[in-house]
Amino acid sequence: MLSFISKRLLVALLVCLTVSALSFGLMFVSGDPAIAIAGAGGRAEDAEAIRVAYGFDRPLIVQYLDWIGSALTGNLGQSIYFNVPVTEIIGNRVGVTLTLGFISFLVALVIAVPLGVAAALRPNGWLDRFALVIAVSGQAIPSFWLGLMAIVVFGVWYGWVPISGADTWQGYILPVIVLSYYAIPELMRITRSGMIDVLATDYVRAARAKGLPMHLVISRHALRNAVLPLVSLAAVQLGQLLSGSIVIESVFALNGLGRLAWESLLRSDLPVVQAIILILSLLYVVLTTLADILNAVLDPRLRGNS
Amino acid sequence: MTEMMLDIRNLKVSIPTDRGMLNAVRGVDLQIAKGETLCLVGESGCGKSLTATSIMGLLPRYARVTSDRFEMAGQDLSTKTDAKLAKLRGRDVAMIFQDPTSALNPTLTIGRQLTEGVMRHEKLSRSEADARAIEMLDRVGIANPAARLTQYPHGFSGGQRQRIMIASALMGRPGLLIADEPTTALDVTIQAQILTLLGELQADLGLSLLLITHDLGVVAAIADNVAVMYAGRIAERASAVELFAAPRHPYTKGLLAAIPVPGVTRRGSELPAIPGRVPGLIGTMQGCAFRDRCSIAGPECANDPVPLVSTGQGHFIECVKAAEVSV
Repeated sequence: MLSFISKRLLVALLVCLTVSALSFGLMFVSGDPAIAIAGAGGRAEDAEAIRVAYGFDRPLIVQYLDWIGSALTGNLGQSIYFNVPVTEIIGNRVGVTLTLGFISFLVALVIAVPLGVAAALRPNGWLDRFALVIAVSGQAIPSFWLGLMAIVVFGVWYGWVPISGADTWQGYILPVIVLSYYAIPELMRITRSGMIDVLATDYVRAARAKGLPMHLVISRHALRNAVLPLVSLAAVQLGQLLSGSIVIESVFALNGLGRLAWESLLRSDLPVVQAIILILSLLYVVLTTLADILNAVLDPRLRGNS
Repeated sequence: MTEMMLDIRNLKVSIPTDRGMLNAVRGVDLQIAKGETLCLVGESGCGKSLTATSIMGLLPRYARVTSDRFEMAGQDLSTKTDAKLAKLRGRDVAMIFQDPTSALNPTLTIGRQLTEGVMRHEKLSRSEADARAIEMLDRVGIANPAARLTQYPHGFSGGQRQRIMIASALMGRPGLLIADEPTTALDVTIQAQILTLLGELQADLGLSLLLITHDLGVVAAIADNVAVMYAGRIAERASAVELFAAPRHPYTKGLLAAIPVPGVTRRGSELPAIPGRVPGLIGTMQGCAFRDRCSIAGPECANDPVPLVSTGQGHFIECVKAAEVSV
């Protein structure tokens, strides 16, 4: 198990390096950053001054090592637009995104997994059909539309919740519902199909043949095997919920990371964009690594030589 | 009269399908005495596995089961609820499966899988249950059993896994063991070892053994009595010795004739086969199910019911042409 974890961490480290190089490279794919900063009406001398001031005149490898070196010490550079440290800007915004993402994820899991299990126990039963309706509608309805409708109905007509912002916890209610509704279908379908596969296996029959009551057969024998594919999917889903909520944050006017990334792109505030991309990519690396380790805990066959 | 471990009369199992009712088991009588080994023989789809599964009470929810009598060790099972049946499983009757690789849960240790049944049924403590698991593993020939309790199934070979399955089935000290093609998924040398082991355990523990197989070699190796199943009914029932020496039902004769015998069957000669194919089991059936493939069938074979004829001590066939056949 220990050798599995250390191998997995080594791979994660290599992925991190690659990701950092890619997000560093993004700075240069849209052309000379000095000209971009100088703006459309900037003169050549201005661009040259900026190039020297920001160190763009140095060799790329030096710039990269400089950037990654400071990033490791917690310095992600200065925002060009606000002229304050990037970490400060991100620090102000990350809380909203993390709160929204994690709560939505938990809500989605708590609904999707039991529903998936229940649907698998009686395929084509009424609960299974109900779950299918939820899944299809969840995948078919775009979240920006659902968000707007929710605001109209519960914010404007009934006035139960604030229509925008996250100054109070009530502001999170609608965004969490919309975001988790987006995450539920996939989580539920994979739980259901995993469970149906596992319930048909001989070891579930053998467990029943031992005279175990059904709830033990399901919890001890079936669920543990059925959640293996779910764990991998859930890691990716959580990554998406934490990084991909640009639409939701815009619809509900929440000042989170997604919205910050969007605004910074419009402002050509490249250090901020770069930092957000780096953070979110590393987040994915961490989540998938954790998922792999969790799967190895659940399934001894994945641990390699033990 | 010997004491009966299992007594089933007129068992019928039907499964609804899109094309109509699939009548897979159409009135089967099965009696197994204490300490008897009965082999249930038949080709794929003849209903032998469903018969066994219904004894375990593990048929899918949508299956329809009826019987005139369904008794195990003197208890009437037909009136018991699911929860009560669950208490009998693993305790009075246990089952081992065809493929031990898929019958052991890959994510749980051997020890856990062996002990979970008895810890529930007999309220054994972990150490008591572990002690019994070690005893059973030792009995089925797993070396160094104490150390292996904490290992997972993937650390064992196929033959060892089937031994572990047998140990697991015996944990609750059942009176009846059902083995559903226990050697089919194993290679030939391991098959012989597993059959020998089953035979020894059966004799030592006084088990009743219901062994389901399509392999007549297995039957010859282990059976006291044989029931030959065809299209959801028992075609012939006899002691193993009698069945091999003097088969009476045309289907059994066909089966036995299709086995090559070393030294007797000429190399390169064509093996005799039973012409035609197994009838579909959807809907009702008139008369003898085998008559379309039978060399001696006559018009009377289309009549219901097909009579059960005794052709000797404990030897029964379901065939209206019995008189001609028994010559």
